[in-house]
Amino acid sequence: MSVDTVKQPNWFSRLAHPGQFLAWSRYLIWPLGIATALSFAIGLYFAFFNSPEDYQMGDMVRVMYVHVPNAWLSQLVYGVMAVSALGTLVWRHPLADVANKAAAPLGAVFTALALYTGALWGRPTWGTFWEWDGRMTSTLVLLLIYLGIIALWRAFDDQLKAGRIIAIVTLVGALNLPVIKFSVDWWNTLHQPASVFTASGPHMPISILTPLLVMMLAFTLLFALLQVVRMRTEILRRRAETLSRQAALGATK
Amino acid sequence: MSGFGALIGRDLKLAFRAGGEALTLVLFFVMVAVIVPFAIGPDRPQLSRLAPGIVWIAAFLSMLLGLDRLFRADDEDGSLTLLRHSSLPLEAVVAAKVIAHWLVTALPLLVATPVLALLLSMSWEQWGRTVLALVIGTPGLVSFGALGAAVTVGLRRGGLIAPVLILPLAIPVMIFGVGMLDPLAGSGATLFLIALSLVVTAFSPFAAALALRAAGE
Repeated sequence: MSVDTVKQPNWFSRLAHPGQFLAWSRYLIWPLGIATALSFAIGLYFAFFNSPEDYQMGDMVRVMYVHVPNAWLSQLVYGVMAVSALGTLVWRHPLADVANKAAAPLGAVFTALALYTGALWGRPTWGTFWEWDGRMTSTLVLLLIYLGIIALWRAFDDQLKAGRIIAIVTLVGALNLPVIKFSVDWWNTLHQPASVFTASGPHMPISILTPLLVMMLAFTLLFALLQVVRMRTEILRRRAETLSRQAALGATK
Repeated sequence: MSGFGALIGRDLKLAFRAGGEALTLVLFFVMVAVIVPFAIGPDRPQLSRLAPGIVWIAAFLSMLLGLDRLFRADDEDGSLTLLRHSSLPLEAVVAAKVIAHWLVTALPLLVATPVLALLLSMSWEQWGRTVLALVIGTPGLVSFGALGAAVTVGLRRGGLIAPVLILPLAIPVMIFGVGMLDPLAGSGATLFLIALSLVVTAFSPFAAALALRAAGE
């Protein structure tokens, strides 16, 4: 029987160890999945059956319950990527670049969905699928940035080197996003101003706000779930790559 | 500081004595403007109205096209490794290369703008404003480009990635650059463009040097 005399690492470095991550994140998937499914069920029920029609838009207002969560996630995911970029550059956290790589396609999909649902919503209410308005344009630019980062991830063979370089790009993008937002707003504006997160509280009745918040929670949980699964897949993929490389090395000896 | 100047001189000499890439870039710049009338028709008032935008698009594309030569040749023949170990900090090396790159790629475009002004029937007043906007905006473009070039220097097939990566980031330069040309816009766009260009020029050597170090690890 062996006695473990090695000093136990603190929680932060335990978090950093890919093997440890694989071990504890396994128990995260089922609870997260159930929570996601439940909040989607509640949110969709509220959105479809238990919320009022808008006095102007009628049933079209229900698009909001998918559009706003996607738009919120399009920015949250970039925030997650920016934090993981800091993790890569400052602490050289081994999981940070895995998180960045896992989040980029998710962010791109959420952003594309936000644009798509926005187009579906805009057609009957504004009379056009697309308008070069400030918020829509900056969301489109955000999508382009996501796609650029994904392309960069795919271009590198050495994933560790890619992690550090892409972290720099992600941070530059994060610093530049407010500038893009500002410049595009300066350029043209039509979209309604922010109405959920404002200094004076939400500008909508509680009957609409409740399903919206539940849907935002549901989509955020969905992102968390997919992020954990993707990070696990990425770690396993890297392991498989290392193993096949070791096997190839063994075969030549 | 002498190392800084020597590096600029070296890059300029390389550009003028070998390749003639600067001239090719000017040719591309003019050609973009030449094909536009074929696409939208030779209507002079319309051309003159669109001219500043066309010149900006042509400049944007030419700058992005020229990006790849910023660090790649130095990386391939190993001089970038030498520069990394020189007494000059890598940030200063990048800054010197950015200045040289601006002189080689952006300045010839500015010299070529009168040709475009004639072809696109711009008024001289419009031309002057466009040149001013390009003078202010191109350092920002080159600096964004330096970042893109530094990030993709380790990639064998990086040629197309850098422009795709940099284009969305550089959109504000385009917006304020073209915004400056609107006579009704006042001085707001000009000031924003100056601010943006200065900030990007100041920060990009640090980010690009960081990326070059990461690529060389």
